Amino acid sequence: MELKFVTLRDFINRNTLKSNFFYHIGHYFLFLGQVFRKPEKWRIFVKNFFNEADKLVINSIPLIALISIFIGAVLVIQTSSNMTSPLLPKMYIGYMARESLILEFSSTMVCLILAGKIGSNISSEIGTMRITEQIDAMEMMGVNSASYLVLPKICSTTLLNPLLTLMSIIVGIIGGYLLVQITGIIMVKDYITGLRFAFTEYYVLYTAIKTSVFSFIISSISSYYGYYANGGSLGVGRSSTKAIVVASAMILIANLILTKIML
Amino acid sequence: MITIKNINKSFEGKQALYDISATYKPGECSLVIGASGSGKTVLLKTIIGLMEADSGEIFYGNTLLNSLNAKEKKRLRREIGMLFQGSALFDFANAQENVIFPLNFFTNMSKEEKLERANFCLERVGLTNVNKKYPSELSGGMQKRVGIARAIALNPKYLFCDEPNSGLDPHTSIKIDNLIREITQEYNITTIINTHDMNSVMEIGDKIVFIHQGHKSWEGSNKEIFHADNQALNDFIFASKMAQQLKGCTVGTR
Ligand SMILES: Nc1ncnc2c1ncn2[C@@H]1O[C@H](COP(=O)(O)OP(=O)(O)OP(=O)(O)O)[C@@H](O)[C@H]1O
Ligand SMILES: [Mg+2]
Repeated sequence: MELKFVTLRDFINRNTLKSNFFYHIGHYFLFLGQVFRKPEKWRIFVKNFFNEADKLVINSIPLIALISIFIGAVLVIQTSSNMTSPLLPKMYIGYMARESLILEFSSTMVCLILAGKIGSNISSEIGTMRITEQIDAMEMMGVNSASYLVLPKICSTTLLNPLLTLMSIIVGIIGGYLLVQITGIIMVKDYITGLRFAFTEYYVLYTAIKTSVFSFIISSISSYYGYYANGGSLGVGRSSTKAIVVASAMILIANLILTKIML
Repeated sequence: MITIKNINKSFEGKQALYDISATYKPGECSLVIGASGSGKTVLLKTIIGLMEADSGEIFYGNTLLNSLNAKEKKRLRREIGMLFQGSALFDFANAQENVIFPLNFFTNMSKEEKLERANFCLERVGLTNVNKKYPSELSGGMQKRVGIARAIALNPKYLFCDEPNSGLDPHTSIKIDNLIREITQEYNITTIINTHDMNSVMEIGDKIVFIHQGHKSWEGSNKEIFHADNQALNDFIFASKMAQQLKGCTVGTR
């Protein structure tokens, strides 16, 4: 008699279409279907949510702050070296630094960096659990391992990473301010006038939404690759590399689409 | 009671199990023995549904495993305790939390009750001072024992152990065997154990299935095994000098 029950993993192991792009898309969504189930116990979910928020979001603050402060400073130098015309008021330097930070750097670039940091963390952690049979052990207990392991990661990064973006914008602006203050490249007064010039609140919302979407892409794709890792420690390495490459590519595509829709 | 009928399993064209049938009774330690690579782990994983058989039927009591939907399968799995060959302890949790993990999900015990249950299970496997240690800080044998403690935390009806005493010293190994037998009889559990440890075979082999290159080659009890007339089985049991000498003794006194 033919057996009806197929574990997803066995199916993937047997399937010859392993490298097929569309095959991965299908399985990615099946995987998400497993992830987005009501948690067995909300108390456990909430606890994990905060653990993951600490591990994935809070832990990224120093890195993002460091990068943002330097980029903020560099943006000011570059814009001012490109604005040699005496007809253009100097305050435009502050304005353009702010716009670049808000529109592109603090969401897209920050998320590309996070794809490396969070993505490799998630996929190697879950991949190791897969190859050491910890995921099988969970499934054996009757626990939905995909939901237990992945849902808190996706939720915490999707909800909280926009705060990282806000922080990055602020720190970047401070970086520019410090540079102006120290080098005197333009007058501090001009820089601040520029920062306040033609401020559109909508852009902040736009960038926050972008970050949310990108964070979802990062955490779900890297979880997917980790969850179906096979082939020992080499396999875990392979899957985290793939996770980062695919997540980065998807971020770029999503960026294009979101920008077209929202601006 | 677990019944398997005509299980076949292959990996990418390479067959690992050929037409295996067996019955496992409650209150009895059923052993699956065989050389390394003979297919013991694959058989166990197929029985519990972590791997899908190419053909064949698996019955838990009267329910056909393959006919259950996801929800029913989940419910069944709560009655199964499993010790993996590599222990599969959760890295993110210490010994105590590992044992508590299934309790968190499937009981409404208070914190104190859960702790008490975890400590009871850990004591049962002879671990007392490691409650707060993480798997990476435990020896292989200790990890195995935590694995057993976790497997019995929910009072399972079915217990599966993949090589419970590989990597343990003879003394601990016997203790583990006795422990498994005790709980098997006490709670009337259907227990299936993979092993290639001849000590276990002698101690607790109520029923033994010998797998040779994916085929079921012999079946019987530890009383019959030394007089079995099966070349592959004899080669397997009497591989060591010690076993050969022992055989000399038993044959001599017979
Ligand atoms: N996931 C897998 N993919 C492909 N082949 C596999 C897989 N798992 C097991 N096999 C093959 O199935 C056969 C049986 O392996 P199995 O792990 O059951 O051996 P075993 O009897 O448990 O050995 P040991 O005593 O060393 O644990 C081996 O030939 C192995 O190569
Ligand atoms: Mg094995």
